[in-house]
Amino acid sequence: MKPAPFEYVAAESVEEALAALQQNNPDGKILAGGQSLLPLLNLRLTKPKLLVDLNGISGLDGIRETPEGLAIGAMTRQSKLEHSLLVRQRCPLLAEAIRYIGHVAIRHRGTIGGSLAHADPAAELPALALALDAKFAIAGRGTDRVISAEEFFLDFLTTALAPDEILRQIVFPIIRPSSGYALEEIARRHGDFAIAGVVVIVDLDDAGKIAEARVALFGLAPTPVRARQAERALVGRELDDRAMLDAAVLLEEVLEPPGDIRASSAYRKHAAAVLLSRALKRAVQVCHTRRIP
Amino acid sequence: MTAKYPIAITVNEKRYEAPAEPRMSLADFLRDQLGLTGTHLGCEQGICGSCTVLFNGETVRSCLLLAVQANGGVILTIEGLAARAEAGQPLHAIQQGFLETGGFQCGFCTPGFLMTAYELLNETSSPSEDEIRERLSGNLCRCTGYQNIVAAILWAAERLRRQASR
Amino acid sequence: MYVGDVRLPNMLHAALVRSVHAHARIREVDAQEARGLDGVVGVWTEREIKGRISPFPESFEIHPARWLEGVKPVLQGPRPTALAQGKVHYVGEPVAIVVAEDRARAEDAVDAVAIDYEELPVVADPEESLRPGAPLVHEGSTSNVVFCFSIGKGNVDQALGAAPYRLSERFRHHRYCAAPLECRGVLAWVEPKTNILTVWSSTQMPHLVRRQIAAQLGLPEEGVRVIAPDIGGGFGPKVFAYPEEMLVPFLALELGRPVKWIEDRSEHFISTAHGRDQLHDVEMAFDETGRILALRDRFLLDNGAYNPMGLTDAYNTAAHIQGPYKIPNLSVTGTCVSTNKVPNAPYRGAGRPEAVFVMERSIDIIAARLELDPATVRQRNLVQPEEMPYDAGILYRDGEPICYDSGNFPETLKRALEAADYDELRKRQREARKHGRYLGIGIGCYVEGTGVGSFEGAKVRIDSSGQLIIATGATGHGQGHETVYAQIAADLWGVSLDKVSLIEGDTASIPFGCGTFGSRSTVNVGSAIHGASTRLKEKVRRLAAHILEANPDDLELDRGKVFIRGMPQRSISFAELARAAVPGWASKLPEEMEPGLEAIFYFVPPTVTWANATHVAVIEVDVQTGAIKLLDYTVAHDAGRLINPLLVDGQIHGGVAQGIGAALYEEIVYDPNCQMLSGSFVNYLLPGSMEVPSIKTVHLQSPSPLNPLGVKGLGEGGAIAPPAAIANALADALLPLAARVNEIPLTPERVMEILARKEVNVEAGAV
Repeated sequence: MKPAPFEYVAAESVEEALAALQQNNPDGKILAGGQSLLPLLNLRLTKPKLLVDLNGISGLDGIRETPEGLAIGAMTRQSKLEHSLLVRQRCPLLAEAIRYIGHVAIRHRGTIGGSLAHADPAAELPALALALDAKFAIAGRGTDRVISAEEFFLDFLTTALAPDEILRQIVFPIIRPSSGYALEEIARRHGDFAIAGVVVIVDLDDAGKIAEARVALFGLAPTPVRARQAERALVGRELDDRAMLDAAVLLEEVLEPPGDIRASSAYRKHAAAVLLSRALKRAVQVCHTRRIP
Repeated sequence: MTAKYPIAITVNEKRYEAPAEPRMSLADFLRDQLGLTGTHLGCEQGICGSCTVLFNGETVRSCLLLAVQANGGVILTIEGLAARAEAGQPLHAIQQGFLETGGFQCGFCTPGFLMTAYELLNETSSPSEDEIRERLSGNLCRCTGYQNIVAAILWAAERLRRQASR
Repeated sequence: MYVGDVRLPNMLHAALVRSVHAHARIREVDAQEARGLDGVVGVWTEREIKGRISPFPESFEIHPARWLEGVKPVLQGPRPTALAQGKVHYVGEPVAIVVAEDRARAEDAVDAVAIDYEELPVVADPEESLRPGAPLVHEGSTSNVVFCFSIGKGNVDQALGAAPYRLSERFRHHRYCAAPLECRGVLAWVEPKTNILTVWSSTQMPHLVRRQIAAQLGLPEEGVRVIAPDIGGGFGPKVFAYPEEMLVPFLALELGRPVKWIEDRSEHFISTAHGRDQLHDVEMAFDETGRILALRDRFLLDNGAYNPMGLTDAYNTAAHIQGPYKIPNLSVTGTCVSTNKVPNAPYRGAGRPEAVFVMERSIDIIAARLELDPATVRQRNLVQPEEMPYDAGILYRDGEPICYDSGNFPETLKRALEAADYDELRKRQREARKHGRYLGIGIGCYVEGTGVGSFEGAKVRIDSSGQLIIATGATGHGQGHETVYAQIAADLWGVSLDKVSLIEGDTASIPFGCGTFGSRSTVNVGSAIHGASTRLKEKVRRLAAHILEANPDDLELDRGKVFIRGMPQRSISFAELARAAVPGWASKLPEEMEPGLEAIFYFVPPTVTWANATHVAVIEVDVQTGAIKLLDYTVAHDAGRLINPLLVDGQIHGGVAQGIGAALYEEIVYDPNCQMLSGSFVNYLLPGSMEVPSIKTVHLQSPSPLNPLGVKGLGEGGAIAPPAAIANALADALLPLAARVNEIPLTPERVMEILARKEVNVEAGAV
């Protein structure tokens, strides 16, 4: 399948890219890694009139440590994140999550900004961004605006990005050295999109009870979801079977997962509870391991 | 019709110049404009891996890269692999490995596997079977069931280690 | 070099306009805008090709007369046309064809063709298609049944009535497909000097395609040449002629320029044949030892809108359902119905996996019911070596009575269980259960009729350099024919492998050819090479005897030379002989000897020769998520004399991988309007390197008495048993829960449903 015809601009600066998008609004589309966009173009599922290529803009990629966390340029390749020592030290769950994305050749081109802006609800990175309360810096008319992950993911494949805006940078708060974390998902084959997935970050108090829990779900709703009720129910408790059951029940109450060719709503609901249990157990184990001096 | 862009790229250490519409993929550019038909198209969705080449030193899906994006780039395709063989050898160790172990049947997916294996063996000299299978998981084969492909890569790794130690 | 790689000067590119409805009348096709687009050479619809391309032949033409007489099936398939005429019958059916300077612009034109459809009610379900008053897929027919047959032996009613135990089960073998990595493709041009319509096609059957192009385009066969270049996987769906193989040559003739069409993956799912899709209602009678007394099977096959291969799959199912077992009373009725889906045609295994699934699951159900080990129940039913050759009591699809000619089925089973370390596995399973882990061991045994006719030919020639050139109508697509046939010839002639060259897949190289499918090429081509070599050797001897002035009986052939026994210095090389056989002044031919060193032999097998195998699958199932992990897979197989063990293993590995795909991952999914939902690799899941384990293979060799080489076929074998073995493994893992595992694929969700049901298998009339 060959794409429908389009014009092409290899932007050399963010300003140039924004100008091109604004002039052609809403028929312009950003070309970042292309690993999500080109399949759609090839199937003629989308027929933009103009592609604005960001790959030539210097300074849109990079990983820096800041007081707020890891500031990651939107055009940073997924494979760079996977192998970055800084990421592995400060935000190990991010490095781990990347390894679930497709395969090596995809990750060589795919970008973190592209993945977040595409906002596939079954993707790992949006859920991780939600769990960590990442901040999204968006370039558009005037100065950049910064919004939270919760404000960024609006609906199925829909974010707060206007067609003439560009995601510039995402700041991922670091995972505290004392925290435990885990990502659990069910996918049909290695590297496939998840049918359902859970990201968990926990902190324990000195008595071994849960001081804080952050739970984000993917593949279970049109957007990634923070399971705040389940989080609150876990605080102050030891992670025993009872606590996990209570959390799982709360999940099932609020979730209305989609049914599609990959799985039914009922299966996803069931899977969510199983994955939550497994993720919590593993996160607590990681917590204990990391706390051993 | 959209205008064609002049594309200048280096493929297998040779410089080429040819035009391409923006919508032309790197895969189609290599095959149709440059006549390098060793890179194959199995899905045009980035899933089967038959179109895998090295772009600026990294494996990529050439069906998910536009020719215009590759302008100025350096590409290695299957046609250039033998030239990277050890001196005096007609084929690269990884190609020889596939011959030794029956690592290909219809051959359609094979160039993609060879490029993926080539990258793996450049990164690590003693991959385990598990590591090999994980790395290959992005390339689909319908003929071999993968077993002889894994054997080929183990064979090639051993051959390359011996070459390096000399 | 694949068909997509062939480039000709001035080449044009075609793209198809395909139906977006499963069932609709075509009111109007408006191609005006499309025709006016930049780079577009033309758009052809049914109006433009009317009367110029005949419809495809009747399906029953592929069935041999002997079988038609013996089985007397009902065959009333509709005849597909190159482009839909007035009506579309499945999403993907070709409606128009666009030709442009490049593929991208051809696709732009496809988008611009506007079609006014009147939608008709859709026939989506094979059982629904049989209900009185159901919409008819094909106008003019009285029902949606297109093919139907019944066969049997003994007295099933009586045996079922008197049975100590009975089982009654419904099994579903779903629709999935071959999905070769190379999609289809056709390139055609009129070769300027010879005026021969030359067609490259990604096909397994160049001679058949040539015959049909000639017939359907009204050309003499000698005016058409079909070449199958390197083929990127066939597996069955490339075994018959498709509309594009008529349209593209037609356009090349019309336009006087080469025309190329390469199928893309999303087209492939809605236009290249799917496979399987059978629903079985089975009744079995058995005794307290697990001996099977009777089998009644009534099954329904969802043909899709067309089935160009007639009853091939369905009858293969019937012919193989007894497996390697003694079934005294048998009744099988197969009914093929039309639905508004992509045509259904043979795919690796071609009806056998469905049969094996039924029988092997039934045996395990019997074992569970009687609390016997499933291996034991098999041992009690297997045809014993002293009972060979064994008359299975029904006809094969070549019309000959089925006779298992050779093989030791109990030995194959025994070797598989040994290699899998069965006793140790059972120990591990018991241990695992204590820790709440569910391991399962599943067995799948089968027999396979291989080397089917009707024929294949080999032309063996010695050229002036002394090289042996073999030409055949077989068409390899990865099996390694170049090596295997070279080995056979090298062995017969006493030369080294590099002295043998192979030409296949070209109608110009040999007058008659059949093609590569059905695990038949080693048997047929190998035997043809043997026959041609015998003839040619005789001529070589006579010519050498004439030149060396010796008695032909005193001559030996070895290493490319003919020499007098005991006097090796009195010799002549193949090269010299070939040159001596050139006509004219320098000829050294004796009088009345035809020039040239060449012989052709067409091998017509007496019937199929029977291979057999046992597969053992070991799984672990996660009962919380339903995920199945395949831990281990063993194959013990007997395909007669093996020519090249490395290539044999490759075929087994590849077949098993496809079977694993069928058992766990692959599924063609249609919605209730017969819209394709699994039309890309995103949703149609091929197993990858992490999903297919290493496979242990054990080779047994019982030479075939039916051909001079003693060989049997094995191309399909690996794909035949995995669905059965893996389903059996799941049922075995869940034995304490008496789970019903009667359909595949065993996705995590389906496994959870099985766990939720926890039904005991329904029986009727049990004592």
